[in-house]
Amino acid sequence: MALRTLAVCAIVCFAAGLSVASFASFREFLPGLLQGALVTIEITIGGCVLAVLVAVPAALAKMYGPRPVRWLAVGYIEIFRGTSALVQLFWLFFVLPHFGILLEPLTVAILALGLNVGAYGAEVVRGAVSAVPRGQWEATVALNMPRTLALRRIILPQALVAMIPPWGNLFIELLKATALVSLITITDLAFKAQQMNQITFKTLQIFTIVLVFYLAISTVITAGMRALENWAARGLARGRQ
Amino acid sequence: MKFWDWGYTLEILPALLRASIVTIEATILGFVIAATLGLALAILRMSQNRWVSVPTAAFVEFIRSTPILIQIFFIFFVFPEFGIVLPAFAAGVLAIGVHYATYCSEVYRAGLENIPKGQWEASTALNLSPYVTFRDVIIPQAIPPVVPALGNYFVALFKETPLLSAIAVLELMQTAKILGSENFRYIEPITLVGVFFLIMSLAAAWLIRRLESLLDRSLRNPGR
Amino acid sequence: MSDKANGPVVRFEKVTKRYGALTVLDALDLEIAPNEKVSIIGPSGSGKTTVLRMLMTLERINDGVIHVDGEPLTHMQKGGGLVPADERHLRRVRGKIGMVFQHFNLFPHMSALKNCIEAPVNVLDLPRKEAEARAAELLDMVGLGDKKGHFPSQLSGGQQQRVAIARALAMRPKVMLFDEVTSALDPELVGEVLNVIRRLGTEHNLTMLMVTHQMGFAREFSDRVCFFYGGRICEQGTPDELFGSPRQERTKQFLSAVLEAG
Repeated sequence: MALRTLAVCAIVCFAAGLSVASFASFREFLPGLLQGALVTIEITIGGCVLAVLVAVPAALAKMYGPRPVRWLAVGYIEIFRGTSALVQLFWLFFVLPHFGILLEPLTVAILALGLNVGAYGAEVVRGAVSAVPRGQWEATVALNMPRTLALRRIILPQALVAMIPPWGNLFIELLKATALVSLITITDLAFKAQQMNQITFKTLQIFTIVLVFYLAISTVITAGMRALENWAARGLARGRQ
Repeated sequence: MKFWDWGYTLEILPALLRASIVTIEATILGFVIAATLGLALAILRMSQNRWVSVPTAAFVEFIRSTPILIQIFFIFFVFPEFGIVLPAFAAGVLAIGVHYATYCSEVYRAGLENIPKGQWEASTALNLSPYVTFRDVIIPQAIPPVVPALGNYFVALFKETPLLSAIAVLELMQTAKILGSENFRYIEPITLVGVFFLIMSLAAAWLIRRLESLLDRSLRNPGR
Repeated sequence: MSDKANGPVVRFEKVTKRYGALTVLDALDLEIAPNEKVSIIGPSGSGKTTVLRMLMTLERINDGVIHVDGEPLTHMQKGGGLVPADERHLRRVRGKIGMVFQHFNLFPHMSALKNCIEAPVNVLDLPRKEAEARAAELLDMVGLGDKKGHFPSQLSGGQQQRVAIARALAMRPKVMLFDEVTSALDPELVGEVLNVIRRLGTEHNLTMLMVTHQMGFAREFSDRVCFFYGGRICEQGTPDELFGSPRQERTKQFLSAVLEAG
């Protein structure tokens, strides 16, 4: 992990060096890029929330649902994992209007990315829930708890801790995938990068800084997930020397 | 407006099939880059020399954490400023290849770290050079277990090729978009593309599982 | 009270359990009287743990019927015949049984007290204050009154098992099942758990069914001992009868092997 901080510091220094070498031009494109970054962050947060909201029911449906519900869940997971995010994005963007569903591009973006990452997330949830020791389930039966209660109060809380690192990786994947939305004309960071490039032609600086932005956001995500992991594990690990 | 036009579908099928060849070419070339560069990165990262291992690690982390699309743009738009002008296909494949090389390097790293220390020590005791050690002792043991993981990245790389449409490479996605805009109907081309990817990735996933069990068996009975 | 008070509280009627081709329990007939303390001993694979697990509905039975308190457990009466029980019936009858596991199975993300109130509050709909009072009382009884706020990871094996016993008792079962509850404990911690079980037996009206390897304890504590072999009860009787003068050859072999090792 020190390696990562080192990498970030190195890149930031490099970018800083670049900017010192060309201070004035910064003002030309930085505001535009910052606007784009805001949109990127918006889509990332929206997509991540949707992904989690979709993944948990999908996983539970796949594991415990009645047959037709299970098939629905499996269908969703296989389709969204088996096709690429860009295809899904374009499909939702170009095809939904044919069915009379008119959505704002931003909504389409969050929907597509959230569903895509949610499908991978469902497998993460499934893995974590399966990993909870069988004895915990048996204890809930011995205490005459209905299955939904057992899942909600006993199993899922324990699965939560195991889930956090893989979800962190998925959130970063979602962040990277947001760049795709520039291809459906959403003015995110990637779009702004191209736009600013057309205007100022400071290609190297722009794209380097853009890469640094993404790195910065993903570092924030990683740090956030680690803090979340520590908080979630406090009950389980408390007292451990 | 008709829901699904089969006549139109048949019309556009040849163009899409031609484009799928470009997609497959891009996938294979990209994966070749990823698999070989990834191994090199993994070995470099293991170096005892910190001046080698740290920058390599920084490079890997940096590439892994940033979007492929931006990296494609970087190679396509920024490299020319330094005199390196690559055609769109090459730029795109290079970008995807390097990006996935970083993923593959993590996989190789795990495989290499799984080799018991004793293997290295025995090689030293037999006075084998590092090159020979890697070639004859370490790599033959490290690679087979990681092949399934590499296979998964092959499939993932395949699914990333639509990104090349951003720099107008005439692969599947780009062709579908062009067909769609020419004929003002997007449903059929994009759905066909989606179906194509779905079938290919399900087939690839099945192949990888077969490969896994094949390797599992041969690992348990080496020499068979 | 009803007839039920006079009949056996647990009755296995021709209960069979198969795992594929392997028959683990073979048309078992077993009756447990109210407040009886029964120990089940035998070699591994003889089906003893399966008896408990089926009673706790952790395993499905292939044939036969288990009766609890006069009612079938996994079946119910409908239209003059027996049909598989629905969820409500199952939960009602199962609520009379509690179980303590070999590996404790405490909920790691909850304190000892929380472990003990979780089910009473959410299943029995007990008001929180009442559940906490009951839990505190039970934890006192098992000697862990000062460890209410501790998490399982902060407790020794013996302490965790005692919390597990309190947790099961909090549901006020009629029948308590103990599945090799000391087998996973370091030897010096076994005693404290056995003491708690002993107190339970003498101070409470509780039917207790124990699978155990603790022969000394089984002999001293039980009203009846069942020796299982090959999915059937090979021999059963009072502790003195079974341990003192076993009649079956297999019983003798088992006892001598166990005494040699122990």
